[in-house]
Amino acid sequence: MNKNPSWKYLLLLLIVAFGVIYATPNLYQSEPGVQVIGARNAVVDTKVLERAKRALDAAGVEIKNITLENGKIRARLNSEEDQNTARDILRAKLGTSYPVAAADMPTTPSWLESLGGAPMYLGLDLRGGVHFLMQVDMAAAEKKANDNYYEDIRKQLREEGIRYSGINRQDNGAIFLRFKTEELRDQARGKVASESPELLATTKQDNGSFTLSLQLTEVAVAEIKSAALKKNMLALRNRIDQLGVSEPVIQQQGSDRIVVQLPGVKDPSVAKGILGKTATLEVHLVDEANAASAVSGRVPSGSKRYKHRDGSSILLQKRVMFSGDNIIDASVSIDETGGPAVSLTLDSKGANVNSDVTGDNIGNRMAIVYIETLGETKIDSKGNSTLVTKEIKEVISAARINEQLGRRFIITGLDSQEAKDLALLLRAGSLAAPVFIIEERTVGPSLGADNIKKGFTSVLYGFLLVLVFMIVFYRVFGAVASFALVLNLVIIVAVLSLLQATLTLPGVAGMVLTVGMAVDANVLIFERIREEIQAGAAPQMSIHRGYDNAFSTIIDANLTTLIAALVLFNFGTGPIQGFAITLSIGIATSMVTAIFVSRILVNLFYGGRRLDSLSI
Amino acid sequence: MQLFKKLTVINFIGLRKVAFVFSVVLIAASAYSLSTQGLNRGIDFTGGTKVELAYTDDVSVLDMRATLAANGYPEAVVQHFGSNKDVLVRIPVSTENNDDKVSDNVVTILAESEVGPGEVRSVEFVGPTFGKELLEKGILALVYSLIGVMIYVAFRFEWKFSLGSVIALVHDVAITIGLFSILQLEFTLPVLAALLAVIGYSLNDTIVVFDRIRENFRKLRDTDTEETMNISINQTLPRTILTSLTTLLVLIALYFYGGDALNGFAATLIIGVLIGTYSSIFVASPAVLALGAKAEDLLVEVVEKEGADQPEQPYMP
Repeated sequence: MNKNPSWKYLLLLLIVAFGVIYATPNLYQSEPGVQVIGARNAVVDTKVLERAKRALDAAGVEIKNITLENGKIRARLNSEEDQNTARDILRAKLGTSYPVAAADMPTTPSWLESLGGAPMYLGLDLRGGVHFLMQVDMAAAEKKANDNYYEDIRKQLREEGIRYSGINRQDNGAIFLRFKTEELRDQARGKVASESPELLATTKQDNGSFTLSLQLTEVAVAEIKSAALKKNMLALRNRIDQLGVSEPVIQQQGSDRIVVQLPGVKDPSVAKGILGKTATLEVHLVDEANAASAVSGRVPSGSKRYKHRDGSSILLQKRVMFSGDNIIDASVSIDETGGPAVSLTLDSKGANVNSDVTGDNIGNRMAIVYIETLGETKIDSKGNSTLVTKEIKEVISAARINEQLGRRFIITGLDSQEAKDLALLLRAGSLAAPVFIIEERTVGPSLGADNIKKGFTSVLYGFLLVLVFMIVFYRVFGAVASFALVLNLVIIVAVLSLLQATLTLPGVAGMVLTVGMAVDANVLIFERIREEIQAGAAPQMSIHRGYDNAFSTIIDANLTTLIAALVLFNFGTGPIQGFAITLSIGIATSMVTAIFVSRILVNLFYGGRRLDSLSI
Repeated sequence: MQLFKKLTVINFIGLRKVAFVFSVVLIAASAYSLSTQGLNRGIDFTGGTKVELAYTDDVSVLDMRATLAANGYPEAVVQHFGSNKDVLVRIPVSTENNDDKVSDNVVTILAESEVGPGEVRSVEFVGPTFGKELLEKGILALVYSLIGVMIYVAFRFEWKFSLGSVIALVHDVAITIGLFSILQLEFTLPVLAALLAVIGYSLNDTIVVFDRIRENFRKLRDTDTEETMNISINQTLPRTILTSLTTLLVLIALYFYGGDALNGFAATLIIGVLIGTYSSIFVASPAVLALGAKAEDLLVEVVEKEGADQPEQPYMP
């Protein structure tokens, strides 16, 4: 009785091998290195690789190994000092098109890597870094879309010669038009239906005028919002690349939030200054004909009054020549007086407009409008808070056009920090809608290291206490349970490594808790065996019945705990999810080790022979 | 080593009136404390900013508080923690101070004051709306897990057992939260996560007892419900105590060696495991009894659902 068929040994061997192989990569310490990627419009090729090699050689930094894979250069170095030097050298030599980040390279041996082995992915609370949860201002995205439709429709109707007697915007964003005749209204309606089918048209007749109301369909609004979110994620990705961060995480959360995690970033204020910033520019012609009414007086319908940075007022034509969206490259430079400036490169559309308009307007002025969106949280008397955005538009320069311009030109009028930030933001692309940080969690590198140490210590001590306890209480059976527990811990680490699930500090706590709870299955079984012995059953029979009777209880008890863990996973964010993950994995693996593995060992030890008593 | 040499015969069910009074007193105290002084909610739920700074020499929190007060943060709370070199600055949400810039300002103000720049060990900022949302989501998570448990137990056992286990769980959660209020311990996101783990743990304990009650309903046909429950609780008593002990052992290791970040988490679970163990003995089964459970409630279901895969037991104790 209680003999193991040989397939069980084979399976046990496989389980042990699986655990050991996939847990092993965690024993290898990572080594310092640097990583070079291509920014928005740049591709990392062998030429860049050669440049990087030469730059490092010239600086006397010894390269252990350098590779170009998936558009990334990864160089392994000897020390953290070399890492800092290499990063600074490469940043200086490769320029803004090829952002450089310090990165820790895993040293997993190639045979383990070929089996898919990799060390666990550590959460920010263990490795240090910055976590932001950003709220995308969707109302602003919707408003911007409505603004565009408003302008487009006016333009289309004007071009088609369809005359309306009134146009305005409703509170709900709808565009409301009045016409003198039904025929004109229907023409307009037909035009809009063919140009912008996503606008829902409703018509009415009142007081002898015919009205047309145009509103975005719910589907269209949803599309606008999801497009804004995607564009924002892309812009954030580009901006982060510019900051030089290795392994950043940029993830959508829900329909209007973005999680950004920047491992290894020590100073969140730099990242914050760049990520949430919505600075861009627009270029307009100055309304020279009506310059007299720049300060006061009636503003002609095609123009608008702007504030100039120097405090004066200026009239600009409403029409935008081109905007930040037409800019494909930007870098900081200096103007003839030595002041900060930004050199811009336009895309083909922007370049065409620029050369046409400047060619026709030599002698007139061209104004650069700097636009920044600032967000502010307002709290009312009831404690409810809302985000309020304020767009600040100011003219930073209005220079006379001396010659026809083309793809490239220089703008001035900013201070050096603004020039630097604007160049970066224009390079990275603009945000489709403003974003606000609603949650920030930064863990410094020393705290991260402390957390790892403390987490490890508590797992170790908790584990040892339980081992001693089990062996004292259940002797040989306790030793079997202890082996199962060791294996369980190894398998949890292996599964976490294989899934590349994020290990957080609460995740470590989950591991500790699993250790305490995993022995429960063994306690249940062993207590059953003792009951059988007390009731007078033979030792072999007691073992058999003990395992059998405890089985359904163990399943019930573990499944209910799993329910709580799954709810936790669904509700939780970052670190808490880490807890739910390790707890769930621990529950699943503990059932295998505590029931299956411990049984094999007990059988191996006691099975198939006459026994007078059990060491339990 | 055995906890008890022989099967214990303690009349747990008979003690249910005493237990009832004990539980009611605890719950009343919890309710009173919650309604008078409430929970000491951390910034996860109130919103606000928390900055942890480390200096190379001892620093004065009084000076730092004065510096911050003079520079626009009169409501700043500055405390030492760990040692006199480590400082925790908290700024609650207010009309002016409600965004992520507060932490940058605090760090700059302190760096430019006499204390000089310290190492920023951690920064936490939670927006006011988001804090509220986290609390709402947390409460929902507690409710969802209770509902999930109720469905599972109703499916595996029967509605009286399901309700009984949920009564025990609500009891555990209420008293644990109550103790957090009475002791004014900080209620944070990890504490909430630990509460959910308490639900999992306490239920685990309860299910083991219920499983034994079901088994004994089948075996001991002539015994009345109260007696069957008593026998079941006594039979599972060594297991209940031993598992609680191993879990408490690891939690104590976590409490003392896991660092500040896990302190509240470990404390919640320690309280929860103690109360959960008590409730699985003194609350869950008496509640099921009070709801009028009988052997027949479970026997019918067993024949329908599990009769096929359960061979006739050849032996009876």
